[in-house]
Amino acid sequence: MTRSILPVLTVVTVILAIWYAACIPVNAQWTRDQAARAGVELTLRDIVADTLGQQRPRLPAPHQVAQELWASTWVEETQGRRGIVNTGTLSNRSLIFHGWVTLSATLLGFAMGTAMGLVLAIGIVHNRAMDRSVMPWAIASQTIPILALAPMIIVVLNAVGITGLIPKAIIAAYLSFFPVVVGMVKGLRAPDAMQLDLLRTYNASGPETLLKLRLPASMPYLFASLKIGIAASLVGIIVAELPTGAVSGLGARLLAGSYFGQTLQIWSALFAAAIVAASLVGLVGLVQRITLRRMGMAT
Amino acid sequence: MSDAPTTTPVIEARGLDLVFETADGPVHALKDVDLTIRKGDFVSFIGPSGCGKTTFLRVIADLEHPTGGTVTVNGMTPEAARKARAYGYVFQAAGLYPWRTIGGNIRLPLEIMGYSRAEQAERVARVLELVELSGFAKKYPWQLSGGMQQRASIARALAFDADILLMDEPFGALDEIVRDRLNEELLRLWHRTEKTIGFVTHSIPEAVYLSTRIVVMSPRPGRITDVIESPLPRERPLDIRDTPEFIEVAHRVREGLREGHGREE
Ligand SMILES: Nc1ncnc2c1ncn2[C@@H]1O[C@H](COP(=O)(O)OP(=O)(O)OP(=O)(O)O)[C@@H](O)[C@H]1O
Ligand SMILES: [Mg+2]
Repeated sequence: MTRSILPVLTVVTVILAIWYAACIPVNAQWTRDQAARAGVELTLRDIVADTLGQQRPRLPAPHQVAQELWASTWVEETQGRRGIVNTGTLSNRSLIFHGWVTLSATLLGFAMGTAMGLVLAIGIVHNRAMDRSVMPWAIASQTIPILALAPMIIVVLNAVGITGLIPKAIIAAYLSFFPVVVGMVKGLRAPDAMQLDLLRTYNASGPETLLKLRLPASMPYLFASLKIGIAASLVGIIVAELPTGAVSGLGARLLAGSYFGQTLQIWSALFAAAIVAASLVGLVGLVQRITLRRMGMAT
Repeated sequence: MSDAPTTTPVIEARGLDLVFETADGPVHALKDVDLTIRKGDFVSFIGPSGCGKTTFLRVIADLEHPTGGTVTVNGMTPEAARKARAYGYVFQAAGLYPWRTIGGNIRLPLEIMGYSRAEQAERVARVLELVELSGFAKKYPWQLSGGMQQRASIARALAFDADILLMDEPFGALDEIVRDRLNEELLRLWHRTEKTIGFVTHSIPEAVYLSTRIVVMSPRPGRITDVIESPLPRERPLDIRDTPEFIEVAHRVREGLREGHGREE
């Protein structure tokens, strides 16, 4: 653990340095234009200072994003007029509120997608007809750009009276079922002929074979799939929140930010999404480690 | 080769044929195999690689279907015998499930066959003692040596009440010393449990030391070339391998193998 800290810190430092360096040329144009309008001469030092502290930079500096993140989470909730401290409910201007909206939909969509993926994979492994027919459709489903599909799903479901969490979750499930199907088909087929023959000599039934051999053997594959699936689910939710006039969720914050040219809001929402994604993948990894250790398969 | 009238046949093969249809044409794995295995027999199958030893064992176990002839196991078809859980099968590799402890692996057939929890625990303890692995019930397979894993897989096949034990080169991957020990253990086990054993091996001394009958096979097509009744007593200390009787039987097996090969070339 401690041995990996130094490399990680190095990489982070390099990224921050590149980021800061990039801010200067990207934002310098605006600084020069302002100076020209005001008729003042700028030294290099002035330009650097200004490009890293603009109100609406093209590319916000890391510390600005950090400040914005802090301000739109802790500060907003504790001190804001609409924060949880003053009103008892989360502020609709805080990233905690929007993050939770996205997270809850992500989890629901992930659960739906995983369940669907598992059912399909079990079907494919046990049923010849499904084996030949389902996979091409599953692959085809993923070749359609979700960006094109999401608004249609939302509109159609709204038309039949389904609104709120469910349409978003369906889009997330649409993305997250696929890695589960692919991984679990491989995982459920992981047992070799000998392990299957052994159960045959016990005259084990299909469900017993699934429960006692195929499912345990597929666990490493399952977790690899779940990690991809939960990240895909989050992407699905954010995409679903983008174009549909949603007023809450990290996707809505992204859209509102770009609509009003609020780069800081965009970047802080992006980072919030990245933090949520990393936490979710980390959580799956933790469950994986605990599960595999309890199965005696920890590496 | 005379069948003793007093003992009942447990496995009976008549005119057995098995042809595998492969991409490069048919492979005649078994041809016209006749064999009777009686209750309490310890029958070894020996022969060069590819002569159909594994295939024959798998036919008995209903893991492979003959293309001609008949087999009966306990007077039933192999399928009926399998469904009646008439035999335990020990594969060439131990094949323990890595996510189950040794105890859990031995419990696997018991769970499937619906034994009560109390009886499962009792049987696991008993067979672990039989293969001298008491105290390893909670260990995972990777914590055991190859020989210990193989013993655990034998224990797994002994845990339920099948009176036939089919073993496909169970000690093939082990060194000579471990193998000797396990051979002794297996003989003791056979005495105690009075099972009928079908045993595939590549080793002449192993076959002679263990068996009451040795079936010599030859390849392409796989067939039986000789069946040797062992004159050795049932009680066999390891040093019986230095007696003239032992050497005599081993010699006959070697001759049988050579003859099978000679006909080939
Ligand atoms: N599933 C299969 N499909 C096609 N051919 C097979 C199959 N199983 C076995 N064979 C062929 O049948 C023949 C007999 O194989 P078998 O495994 O019974 O030999 P064996 O005597 O057990 O050999 P070894 O001592 O190497 O284990 C071989 O030629 C083999 O290639
Ligand atoms: Mg073999």
